[in-house]
Amino acid sequence: MRITTTVNGARREVDDVWEGESLLYVLRERMGLPGSKNACEQGECGSCTVYLDGIPVCSCLVAAGQVCDREIVTVEGLSDQQGLHPVQQAFIECGAVQCGFCTPGLVVTAHDLLARTEHPTDPEIREALAGNLCRCTGYEKILDAVRLAADRLAADRLADIRAGSSGRLT
Amino acid sequence: MREFGYQQVSDVETAVATLATSADARYLGGGTNLVDLMKLGVETPELLIDVTTLPLTDISETADGGVLIGAAVRNSDLAANPVIRQRYPAVAQAVLAGASGQLRNLATTGGNLMQRTRCSYFTDVTKPCNKRAPGSGCPARDGEHHNLAILGASEHCIATSPSDLAVALVALDAVVHVREGDSARAVPLTEFRRLPGDRPDLETTVEPGALITGVSLPGLPIAAASRYRKVRERASYAFAIGSIAAAVEVSGGLVTDCRIAWGAVAAVPWRATRAEAMLRGKPVAIESFAAAADAELTAAEPLEGNAYKVALIRNVTVELLAELTGASR
Ligand SMILES: Cc1cc2nc3c(=O)[nH]c(=O)nc-3n(C[C@H](O)[C@H](O)[C@H](O)COP(=O)(O)OP(=O)(O)OC[C@H]3O[C@@H](n4cnc5c(N)ncnc54)[C@H](O)[C@@H]3O)c2cc1C
Ligand code: SF4
Ligand code: FES
Ligand code: FES
Repeated sequence: MRITTTVNGARREVDDVWEGESLLYVLRERMGLPGSKNACEQGECGSCTVYLDGIPVCSCLVAAGQVCDREIVTVEGLSDQQGLHPVQQAFIECGAVQCGFCTPGLVVTAHDLLARTEHPTDPEIREALAGNLCRCTGYEKILDAVRLAADRLAADRLADIRAGSSGRLT
Repeated sequence: MREFGYQQVSDVETAVATLATSADARYLGGGTNLVDLMKLGVETPELLIDVTTLPLTDISETADGGVLIGAAVRNSDLAANPVIRQRYPAVAQAVLAGASGQLRNLATTGGNLMQRTRCSYFTDVTKPCNKRAPGSGCPARDGEHHNLAILGASEHCIATSPSDLAVALVALDAVVHVREGDSARAVPLTEFRRLPGDRPDLETTVEPGALITGVSLPGLPIAAASRYRKVRERASYAFAIGSIAAAVEVSGGLVTDCRIAWGAVAAVPWRATRAEAMLRGKPVAIESFAAAADAELTAAEPLEGNAYKVALIRNVTVELLAELTGASR
């Protein structure tokens, strides 16, 4: 079947897709977007997390046939011309990346948390990231990164408000 | 994984009729359990009928002051719903105690009630299992069963139902609405799931191929103070090893009404009717709560590896009832 979706803001069409293959497979193998990682393929690790219509989901559990005409944002879609998103930058600076396999999923999940909650408490961060497993870092640096990103996003918002613009929401 | 067909449907009649055309079709909700089991080879359907595109995505108020939750309502939307949070807080708490954000965003109400056991032999196709392959035996009884049933099990199967949501729903008198062929039926959740007996492969009392269209909760004042408590082996993102949903009404120091249900102890979300009957009319006191829990647990048949659950469920019951009533310890 042919799949038409919007991925990272651009309309994408792919042909000869089996509707039963996973969205994760379509993104990685058919669209050349290897950012989302394939670790457990069972919904357990969160390394395949992407936004589907603005909501984070495990793309390994979503069938290709389910995403027609829907909107997907992957980790690749979080940065823009100005560079990395503050969440991505914070992960690098805090040493929250070791092997990097869990990172794309964590970045998307943390991005979602900070879009909904300006200053999450530590328990809120832990609960929000509970579906993303990391086998390397021990999570402390990841928590540091989320706190740093939260501070920077809040500072950006404040600066935007002072400058009279509407403020960055995501 | 076996190749399968995938079909979207836009009305309930077509969904049920389409399922009937195939010997081996399944409804697909969020896929968080079914797709998983397909990858493991436990489920091998030839056709998936996507029920998330059905007009069953609303939570609406009913004439009796209750709510009707559409079968395709996502777990995260259910937990965030203001009416649910206010009038049935245990339901929202139970949902949020389960799985992870990115799974709850996909998982549906209907799929959650139908999710299969996490028994490790059931999910391993190289092992015997009466539920997956009837008649092949149950290795769990003499094997790994630390999270399996202490109530209502049989020699053929000791699996537990892993759903958190179902425990809160069953405590608050939920009714499951199903479509079987051309007819619609409402089944109290207490009667919806089956105990294993000698047919552990049969998990519900409705016809195979029945579509859940929704779950309703009655107007129930006591539910507004309901609470869900889950015990698990780590702080988050783990299945329950025991859980409870409860609500208590107190007047003049006596329990005038109560609702108690347990999770991770049986193949069904376990409504503790004996404990409830025992507790009604009793003074608000730790002793009453313990006696009520013990009355229910006289039916327990723990095995060596899961005997801890008897004490666990008793303690968590006493603890939550004390919390709900402010009884001093
Ligand atoms: C890593 C992980 C951790 C989890 N942790 C928890 C937890 O802690 N607590 C908990 O409660 N759950 C937990 N879950 C389970 C999760 O809640 C369920 O998988 C989910 O609720 C199932 O919903 P679904 O819509 O994805 O169902 P699906 O996977 O789509 O379907 C499940 C079953 O229901 C059937 N079905 C679906 N919709 C209908 C319908 N309308 N009518 C009839 N049949 C239908 C399907 O045919 C299938 O047999 C976890 C899952 C994973 C992967
Ligand atoms: S307990 Fe039930 S599900 Fe587990 S192996 Fe035995 S028969 Fe299978
Ligand atoms: S690869 Fe999807 S959750 Fe692990
Ligand atoms: S950095 Fe290796 S899994 Fe997280």
